[in-house]
Amino acid sequence: MMADSMFVSILSAAVSSGTPVLYAALGELVCERSGVLNLGVEGMMLVGAVSGFLTAVRTGNLAAGVLAALVAGGLMGLIHAFMTITLKVNQVVSGLALTLFGTGLSGYLGKSMIGVPLAVTFSQAPIPGLSSIPVIGTILFKHDLLVYLTYIVVPFLWFYLYRTRPGLHLRSVGESPETADALGVNVFTIRYASVTAGGMLAGLGGAYLSLAYAPSWLENMTAGRGWIAVALVIFAVWDPFRAMIGAYLFGGIDALGFRIQVLGARIPSFFLKMMPYVFTIVVLIIVTATASRRSSRAPEALGLPYERE
Amino acid sequence: MGTVDYAVEMRDITKRFPGVIASNHVNLAVRRGSIHALLGENGAGKSTLMNILTGLLRPDSGEICVRGERAALRSPAAAIALGIGMVHQHFRLVQTFTVAENITLGMSRPRFALDMAPIEREVAKLSSEYGLAVNPRAKIWQLSVGEQQRVEIIKMLYRGVDVLIMDEPTAVLTPQEVRELFETLRRMTADGKTIIFITHKLDEVMEISDRVTVLRAGRDVFSCDTRETNSRELASKMVGREIGQAPERPPVAIGGPVLELRGLTAIGDRGTMVLAGIDLDVRAGEIHGIAGVAGNGQRELAEAITGLRRANSGRVLIRSKDMTNNTPRSIIEAGVSHIPEDRLGMGLAPNLNITDNAIMKRYRCSDMCRGPIVDATRARTWTSGLVERFAVKTPNTRTAVRLLSGGNSQRLLLARETSMEHKLVVAVHPTRGLDIGATEAVHSILLRERESGVGTLLISEDLEELIALCDRISVMYEGRIMGTVGRDELNLDDIGMMMAGVSAEGKGDVHLETGA
Amino acid sequence: MRLVLEKRETVSPLYRLASPLLAIIMALVLGAAFLAASGFSPVKVYYYMWWGAFSDWYGISETLVTSIPIMLCALGVALAAKMLLWNVGAEGQFHMGAFAAAWVALSMPNAPSWQVLPLMVLAGMAAGAFWALLPGVPRAYLGVNEIITTLLLNYVAIYWVEYLVHGPWRDPVSLNFPLSAPFSSAARLPSLFGTRIHMGLVFALVAAGLIWFALGRTKWGYEVTVIGENPRAARYAGMNIERNIVLTMCLAGALAGLGGMAEVSAIAGRMTRQLSPGYGYSAIIVAWLAKLNPWAVALVSVLFGGLLVGGYSAQVIGVSAASVNMLQGLMLFCVLATEALGRYRVRAVHAAVRGSGEEESIDG
Repeated sequence: MMADSMFVSILSAAVSSGTPVLYAALGELVCERSGVLNLGVEGMMLVGAVSGFLTAVRTGNLAAGVLAALVAGGLMGLIHAFMTITLKVNQVVSGLALTLFGTGLSGYLGKSMIGVPLAVTFSQAPIPGLSSIPVIGTILFKHDLLVYLTYIVVPFLWFYLYRTRPGLHLRSVGESPETADALGVNVFTIRYASVTAGGMLAGLGGAYLSLAYAPSWLENMTAGRGWIAVALVIFAVWDPFRAMIGAYLFGGIDALGFRIQVLGARIPSFFLKMMPYVFTIVVLIIVTATASRRSSRAPEALGLPYERE
Repeated sequence: MGTVDYAVEMRDITKRFPGVIASNHVNLAVRRGSIHALLGENGAGKSTLMNILTGLLRPDSGEICVRGERAALRSPAAAIALGIGMVHQHFRLVQTFTVAENITLGMSRPRFALDMAPIEREVAKLSSEYGLAVNPRAKIWQLSVGEQQRVEIIKMLYRGVDVLIMDEPTAVLTPQEVRELFETLRRMTADGKTIIFITHKLDEVMEISDRVTVLRAGRDVFSCDTRETNSRELASKMVGREIGQAPERPPVAIGGPVLELRGLTAIGDRGTMVLAGIDLDVRAGEIHGIAGVAGNGQRELAEAITGLRRANSGRVLIRSKDMTNNTPRSIIEAGVSHIPEDRLGMGLAPNLNITDNAIMKRYRCSDMCRGPIVDATRARTWTSGLVERFAVKTPNTRTAVRLLSGGNSQRLLLARETSMEHKLVVAVHPTRGLDIGATEAVHSILLRERESGVGTLLISEDLEELIALCDRISVMYEGRIMGTVGRDELNLDDIGMMMAGVSAEGKGDVHLETGA
Repeated sequence: MRLVLEKRETVSPLYRLASPLLAIIMALVLGAAFLAASGFSPVKVYYYMWWGAFSDWYGISETLVTSIPIMLCALGVALAAKMLLWNVGAEGQFHMGAFAAAWVALSMPNAPSWQVLPLMVLAGMAAGAFWALLPGVPRAYLGVNEIITTLLLNYVAIYWVEYLVHGPWRDPVSLNFPLSAPFSSAARLPSLFGTRIHMGLVFALVAAGLIWFALGRTKWGYEVTVIGENPRAARYAGMNIERNIVLTMCLAGALAGLGGMAEVSAIAGRMTRQLSPGYGYSAIIVAWLAKLNPWAVALVSVLFGGLLVGGYSAQVIGVSAASVNMLQGLMLFCVLATEALGRYRVRAVHAAVRGSGEEESIDG
């Protein structure tokens, strides 16, 4: 019995712990599908977290906080888009610059917010009926609104990418921008939109941390989750559903870390904290090494700036 | 409204680029329902003219009429709206998408949710109407080059194009596929569509076109109905002089083998077997040509010989030493030069200067370095000598290679490759994209090599080039050697058949036996 | 009429030299905007920063001291970047170097300087090299993205250090603070001229010189340059790319590890968790600002040392340390922006016709 409910509670924690990474990974997925690499996710998440928190504290309104996070993340995404698409700056360096800047900016803005409690938070909102299903009910349906939102966003994103014209155009821009351009698809607009959307989703992931998961503000509270999200996209082969699985897997490792101590094993907490990172590295190596078949290739034009000859 | 129905008229078109006049008061009148050939060499201005017609470029002066009415072709979309579209030499297809997805890409309907079924049906309909067999659900990377071209044609037809421009369409096709394409073109013109056919191949012009216009150095120098002219006349108009003699080939003693391939197999980038058992040899003092349509394993053959691709089985012997799957470095040191297909992507580092590029294979030599340090003075002197001997036009040896012209960078590449200690040259499409002067320079270098006892493996799509230079020609098809023909037994029909996959075995042995 | 960005053929050499300066000025201006928006007087803040870092000998020596770890890490980052390898793991390599050096020091409390110090140097470099080898090998042989792996290893390294100072290495005397026992005086890297500036500076300058020489004159340096410019051509020419990737990563890691060793030995004197306020990350910005040139790296490191020291003194008037991080990030941005703008010309174009020969333009 104990093991049962421990198992269920770990899985449930996996979902909530994986949600911020999931949002960030979905954003990165969309961005990379259009051919732009965004390594500023970590910075965007932090900026989203701090803006959301700041706004929620000042206005007492969670929706305003979420909106602020979306706007902040979106602005950072827009900057990245401008640098890499219009100025054609190296995508890697621009992303790194955004991470460094975002980390610093969030620390700066959040200085006064450390230790400040949030009056209203995203509380658990079990879905009536569904949450009573044994096992699954606890794992999936006893979470807050932002988690439930991912249940909608993931399938929608999948449908958008594979079953709609805008999705087709988006994918074409990431695979072969010259071809898309020649056929009248607006490469620049699509890339701008995707990168900005990626930033917004990353900001939302950060806001989840500060408004629901923690909820509080701490400097560098994302602790590398943005980077895990980037690795996750590779693991997910740029597919939304696989990203979800990967995010929950990561969340599970994370949650397991906490609970192992409870289970009596005498592993120092710092090793447990290392687990998610080591795990991600190993997974990344395995996935990259085995990805030789055509189906698991990155978008062809990923990382390359497009210049109309 | 005259008595002739013109689909397209281009009048007095002029287009200038910095330093060159690409189109110089060009006139072109294409009759509706005809196949009009646009003939000219590399750099004659054919592409520029057609880019203007398809809305990619705006002319500096002149006017264009479509179906008798003045037209402003501001963009490719505007051109397509008027029914003008082009199938380019390098296909514009998304490899990971299906045929139908590629065809519907860029269209505005349906706007959001995509139901592929009606699109696939429409594609199938067009496909059967014009004899362009292709599976709407297949992914592009699974298709052969000929099939991909059909997708490009259907893409245009789907958009209601009735003036179709084809840019060197037969460069990548086997003779059989060329026949199928011509059949399709005839069906299209019977249906009232108009074809503009860009090419530099005279025999095709004579076979398929109704009218031909010759461009030379940006001017239209000649236009007439095809049946009123002949290859010889067209060729001389194209080049502006009488066709030159083939280069001099003094007799050279053939020596022992410098390269032997026995049953060589290799896997390609797509995971399929791209070399299916190659048996081949190249002797000292010989130029052995490999003919065949690009994409039949030629590039991979060169890579396997030079150590850039793993051989699955079989052997590569260089000067009778087994060097199968050795490192590129040891193969270079064994005396193998490689002139790769991709000049700027592989043979040179365009952002570095000429000296840095020139010593790329020599920097380890004892005369170029002192211990771990590279002797910069020696490097510079040697490079200057190289530049002078091979007449590479450059202000100095510190210029970045990317600022050199195509011909000069190829000269530099050849200079470097033929100035190292070597006994075998592997040359892959060495004259691709070069003008006549540069091509002739490459040919004379290759012949010089031959005279100094070096063996050359020359891979080329240009049959004329191969016939002019080679002692023996082997034809590659789908990773196999279909047959080898000696200089004295050259027969274009046989070679054409081998290129299409019919081996020469049925016609008796045609190997050149040299007294070795 | 509209503005068009048009590509230049070559960047004017004057601009190339001036653009980092332009970038710094731009960043300071933008930073001023942020400061002003938060209610500070930018002039006052910058004055405090300048004053703290450069106004007196103490400030200058602190600046130099702070620049040493940045310099060593940045040299490593720049070296790797020459070969298009993104070593974002300098922070982790730094910590591992510090750990290994501390381990040697703590294991040999009675050994004389001439024994323990060289061993610490070797250990620090080896540990840093190893920490770069871990992501380097998968990158060389499997093509695994080294940005993610080096970065994630930073976190692992930091947790490892945290584990040590909270656990097995914790000094029982230190009242439960996460600190190790102090090193013997023999294990302290000697300082120069009686200030806090230590031998680490010599290490860094020697390293800069060696790198500059190696890159410009040796066969290995030539290979690094060609591989960084065109890996396909390098392979075609017979260069061993995989081995060079591993070698370069290890060298970069060794440099960062040396930085960690110097910091823990000369400045901290014991293992703590506060060794680095992000030197490894500043190193990335320094490397880019310096355009990967070793001497420029040294110079810019001093600048960034000054920035950090100035940031500390500005705390006096209430500006948080995070503002320095923000300024650094802004600087990298501005570097990128000025670099990119240098590649283009802005022209005002009149005729709305694309490609037509009759465009009037005003050069911008």
